[in-house]
Amino acid sequence: MAVEAPEIRKAIIGVLEDLVDGDELDNLKDDVPFREQLELDSMDMLDVVLGLRKLYSLPIPEADYPQLQTMNSTIEYLLPLLNKQD
Amino acid sequence: MSNRSESERIVITGVGLTSPNGNGLAEFRNALLTGKSGVSPYEIRYFGKTFAGICNCNVLKWRGKREVRRGTRAGSLAVYCSGEAMEDAGLDINALDKDRVGVYIGVTEHGNVETENEIYEIKQYDYDCKYWSHHHNPRTVANNPAGEVTLQFGITGPHYTLGAACAAGNAALIQGVQQLRLGEVDLALAGGVSESIHTFGIFAAFNAQNALARHEDPTKASRPFDADRNGIVVSEGGCVYVLERLSDAKKRGAKIYGEILGYGMNSDATDFVLPNAERQAQCVRKALKSASLAPDEIDIVNTHATATVMGDALEIEALRDVFADSKKTYVNNTKSFIGHAMGAAGALELAGNLPAFQDGVVHPTINVDNLDPKCEIRNLALNTPIEVGSVRAILNNSFGMVGINAVVIVGKYDEA
Repeated sequence: MAVEAPEIRKAIIGVLEDLVDGDELDNLKDDVPFREQLELDSMDMLDVVLGLRKLYSLPIPEADYPQLQTMNSTIEYLLPLLNKQD
Repeated sequence: MSNRSESERIVITGVGLTSPNGNGLAEFRNALLTGKSGVSPYEIRYFGKTFAGICNCNVLKWRGKREVRRGTRAGSLAVYCSGEAMEDAGLDINALDKDRVGVYIGVTEHGNVETENEIYEIKQYDYDCKYWSHHHNPRTVANNPAGEVTLQFGITGPHYTLGAACAAGNAALIQGVQQLRLGEVDLALAGGVSESIHTFGIFAAFNAQNALARHEDPTKASRPFDADRNGIVVSEGGCVYVLERLSDAKKRGAKIYGEILGYGMNSDATDFVLPNAERQAQCVRKALKSASLAPDEIDIVNTHATATVMGDALEIEALRDVFADSKKTYVNNTKSFIGHAMGAAGALELAGNLPAFQDGVVHPTINVDNLDPKCEIRNLALNTPIEVGSVRAILNNSFGMVGINAVVIVGKYDEA
């Protein structure tokens, strides 16, 4: 079964909820880097990566981290990988 | 009461605490005078059901969710207690010369909780180290709880923890006094914290040692000096003091809780676990000498007793030796209410007694149904508070594993 973008978005929100207060995510802009709007630092970004890895049992090489900057780019990155896995 | 100059006399001007039976000094003291236990049922992975003293302070008062998550429970307790202590001392945190503030936090152990959690986490991934948290190192470095305080408040003076087993709270207070007298800092945040209830290992180890409290009623489980005592209730907690030179405190018109008149520290050098009454007595005498006080000038001895069969009897043996001729000295125990708050114990238990300078009451040792003859000592405050009128000096005992002893004496401060 194909994994759709809205489902991935929801999962990413779940990962972010562990890091910041829920209301900070209500107005999340999908095309703006997480770091900018949620004041995440490098350690927080590692938490995002680790959260996604654990969620999907997916290896995410360090070279790919720049693709996880915004909600849109993260979904774009994960979508083919998750559907390939299926 | 002291021959030292005002710049060498160190006073307590703020108290921040969280205890299983109350947050803040007033609530804690009230619980101690009304017989309110802080021990409740508790369950922890692998070990199962037991008892513990659990704190419910609002750790989000002084830091955000992100810092709480990234840091440790010990760090959150240290930040909470430090913030409360500075607020209580009437200090404007941002107006302080932060380079002249030192943070000295006592811990019994640190890193066990985080390591156990992370091993549990990667177990879900068949122990694949790829899933090991990058927070592991900053969480488990031994200075972590003190360092988290500096991060939170932008303090740039020295910080470190003092690893001194269950004598750590007193050891940190002593360190604060010494650093102020050396002129290394102008203000010390000193005390202790414990997050130990979040490691299954401490419960399993005390249990294996036959030293973990059991009772049908959790509130009766911690029973130092009782003939049927059967071990320790493990608790979390924290207590941080603002310490200043008397000259500085007077200059800013600070409220003064008491003066640290003296202290003693030594080592048993005899056993990993069993205490040594002779060394304990020696440590108490060292503290008395440093405070220039005779035993009968001490009004309250707050014991370390944890409700182990051997430990309680040995401490009383030491106290009987030192206070044999001291008719006015009362003896009590705070762990009977809150269990053993480990690294926080010394600082927290001392705090519970400080209000006696004002109210003249010795809080009791509760849960003593049948006093063990080996624990009998003159003026042991049993089960109900005792009004003694004037309290001028409190001696606080704290002893720890591998043979470490720390005794602190605090005196009432009289405005000249």
